[in-house]
Amino acid sequence: MALDQSSKTRVFKVVGTRPDRPDGIDKVTGRARFGADVVAPGMLTGRILRSPHAHARIIGIDTSKAEALAGVKAVVTRADFGDAPDHVADILDNCMAGAKALYDGHAVAAVAAVSAAVARKALRLIEVDYEVLASVTDVDAAMQPGAPLLHEGRQQETVPHGMSGNVMSRVEFGHGDIEAGLKQADRVLSRTYRTAATHQGYIEPHACLATMGPDGKGDLWVCTQGHYMVRNTCAAILGLEQGQLRVTASEIGGGFGGKTTVFLEPVALMLSKKAGRPVKLVMSRSEVLRATGPTSSTSIDVKIGMKKDGRITAAFAELRYQGGAYPGSPVDMGSMSAFAPYDLENVKTVGWDVVTNRPKAAAYRAPGAPMAAYAVESAIDELAKGFDLDPLEVRLMNGADEGTLASYGPTYPAIGLKATLKAAKAHPHWTAPLGKNQGRGVACGFWFNFGGDTCVSLNVTPDGTVTVSEGNPDIGGSRASMTMMAAEELGIPYDQVRTIIADTGSLGQNDVTDGSRVTFAVGLATIEAARAAKREMCKRAAMIWGIDAEAVEWVDGAACPAGPNAGKFPPMTLKEIAAIASNTGGPVAGHCEVMAEGAGVSFATHMVDVEVDPETGATKILRYTVFQDAGKAVHPSYVEGQFQGGAVQGIGWALNEEYIHDKDGILQNPGFLDYRIPVASDLPMIDTVILEIPNPGHPYGVRGVGETSIVPPLAAVCNAVSAAAGVRLTQLPMSPPRVLAAIQAGG
Amino acid sequence: MVRVRLWGSLADGAEGQREVEIEAGNLRELLDGLGRDYPGLRPELERGISVSIDGRVYNDSWFTPISEQSEVVLLKRLKGG
Repeated sequence: MALDQSSKTRVFKVVGTRPDRPDGIDKVTGRARFGADVVAPGMLTGRILRSPHAHARIIGIDTSKAEALAGVKAVVTRADFGDAPDHVADILDNCMAGAKALYDGHAVAAVAAVSAAVARKALRLIEVDYEVLASVTDVDAAMQPGAPLLHEGRQQETVPHGMSGNVMSRVEFGHGDIEAGLKQADRVLSRTYRTAATHQGYIEPHACLATMGPDGKGDLWVCTQGHYMVRNTCAAILGLEQGQLRVTASEIGGGFGGKTTVFLEPVALMLSKKAGRPVKLVMSRSEVLRATGPTSSTSIDVKIGMKKDGRITAAFAELRYQGGAYPGSPVDMGSMSAFAPYDLENVKTVGWDVVTNRPKAAAYRAPGAPMAAYAVESAIDELAKGFDLDPLEVRLMNGADEGTLASYGPTYPAIGLKATLKAAKAHPHWTAPLGKNQGRGVACGFWFNFGGDTCVSLNVTPDGTVTVSEGNPDIGGSRASMTMMAAEELGIPYDQVRTIIADTGSLGQNDVTDGSRVTFAVGLATIEAARAAKREMCKRAAMIWGIDAEAVEWVDGAACPAGPNAGKFPPMTLKEIAAIASNTGGPVAGHCEVMAEGAGVSFATHMVDVEVDPETGATKILRYTVFQDAGKAVHPSYVEGQFQGGAVQGIGWALNEEYIHDKDGILQNPGFLDYRIPVASDLPMIDTVILEIPNPGHPYGVRGVGETSIVPPLAAVCNAVSAAAGVRLTQLPMSPPRVLAAIQAGG
Repeated sequence: MVRVRLWGSLADGAEGQREVEIEAGNLRELLDGLGRDYPGLRPELERGISVSIDGRVYNDSWFTPISEQSEVVLLKRLKGG
């Protein structure tokens, strides 16, 4: 659906306001039901046995003692699963190890018992015979000849002969002539940057309740970003028909990309199938950190040439991402997005996807882009400062605009990067004074956004209130924004609409809540469903009035004659039409089933002030401002929340968070005491500036906003810390010991 | 004929060409034509790609029309979090 031409001048009545969130009371009173909150008659407790080794061949598993324990109702190993289809084979192997355990925490067996105590005891009775193998967790080490190999025969045809078998694929993007461009530069900067693996850090651990009957019918209650994905994946793994497995999404306590695949669910279904009773599985925090997806750790070389006036003459990056134990790191997205904010004549990126003995990387908010932006934006900042140039002016000079040939291939339509840079330049934050040991950093970021399969059903009840059913778990306020768009389109108050998340049996296929797609795609479908209902209600009014349906239009929540030739009739409100729906053809509803395409790309600029303690290396965030293009902010408070959340997660990634493995590949910090995410007391209020450059692919101009906000902060914070410390940092996290060592080495 | 731009490493599957021409009026015909005329592209096509048509990105809509004047760029399949 294209942008409504009227939306450029339209005065929105609901969209753009800040009504109360519909899930607010449930969440503050504890009434909201999350993944672990449900029980079923006869329910069993499940527990999973995990590998204590980072890399080991599984010689055998003896479950006989566990099965003999009183109260144990089922024990599951990989032997209980058949061969999975290719597209889910790695997912199954990640949920339950086959021939080898590939990382510390890899599931090797599971039990269902009458209590947690019995289940834990049963796990201790399972005997696993391991042949421990050498392991590798560092991306550069894994690429070396002779590195321990995780798999054989898995390399894509894109990998040159002779490379380590841990290198799974290679990608290359760009245009122009790098060498020729570098020759035009007054300075060429070459740097290597490294980032640590970080976890999405959602507060709610993974949890599900599975009921699998002997008739091949199953039900699953689960905390996920995509219950249709869960249905389809579990059905493929267990050999079920998709229509026979009904999945209901619980409330979700954060996902950020980490709940876009399955970890527990096939195991819970298999336990339930064997036990003949419902089985609940809930991860501990340690299990979440050891066995669910963090993002990739990376090693990135950047070479950029710049003229004295700040013009970039050539830009090159080689990106190495380890994606954990299976192929599929987001290095392709990093390679495509690295230089996307810039208008470059000569640009090239090369990306390498590498496997290591770590948990399989899962998506994390703009997967792959923050690390690439960190490297590129750090280099641009260093070059600009080396020429004593304003870093915002340098970005404006080189910034992409409508008509720019993007570094990843297409020519941009209307985009908002320069609007964010100009807003940053004009903001009082940019000229605010700084004190001793303080520094300011800026950085830009880009994300693609996309749409996908989407279904919405909008129903008008007999009393004239409206329900909207969508199929995407609400992780960022989608119930509020769908309610608002339905109310806007129907011309009725916000509180006359309620949006629910339907189970998989109630709507057609819906893609996962990811890719910043929901406000765009589900919003588009909600608007179209409301328009379908309006057409039907106009038809009903026309029947009452005895005129053609085409002679009726919808104005301010009521059907009205469209012009003087249609006749003189008083408007019929939605409530009046709903009240006589049974007499005019039956219930009124509108539906939309669509593959939503046309999501608009998004840009942001972040600005941050920090203070670095020269004696300890500790960094304090003093002030932070986000400037981002939202297309059209449906509920500005949620948009601001997305901006703030992305910035805070990026601050954690920049300053504290990292997976720490010992020499044997064992994770040393699987808990929030030792894996430190930022808390409120660490942070100032994150200020936000919403830009609205309409997306031409959405009726109201909406763009996704959920991911772009995590792309710039790694570099913005690094540029600020480097300025404050007086030394360039090139490795994340910038923990106090690392910053202190850099200061001492620089001094 | 539609001119299709390939990303760098994809050119290896198209005899080194960064741009190829395909007879196609929509996305489905484009994907079929690429696989038919350039078998080296098939592994990547089977893994799934995204396609930018005049600056808008499409994943699966086979019958999206493409004109001879369209800017068509193949992209790695977009992922999100």
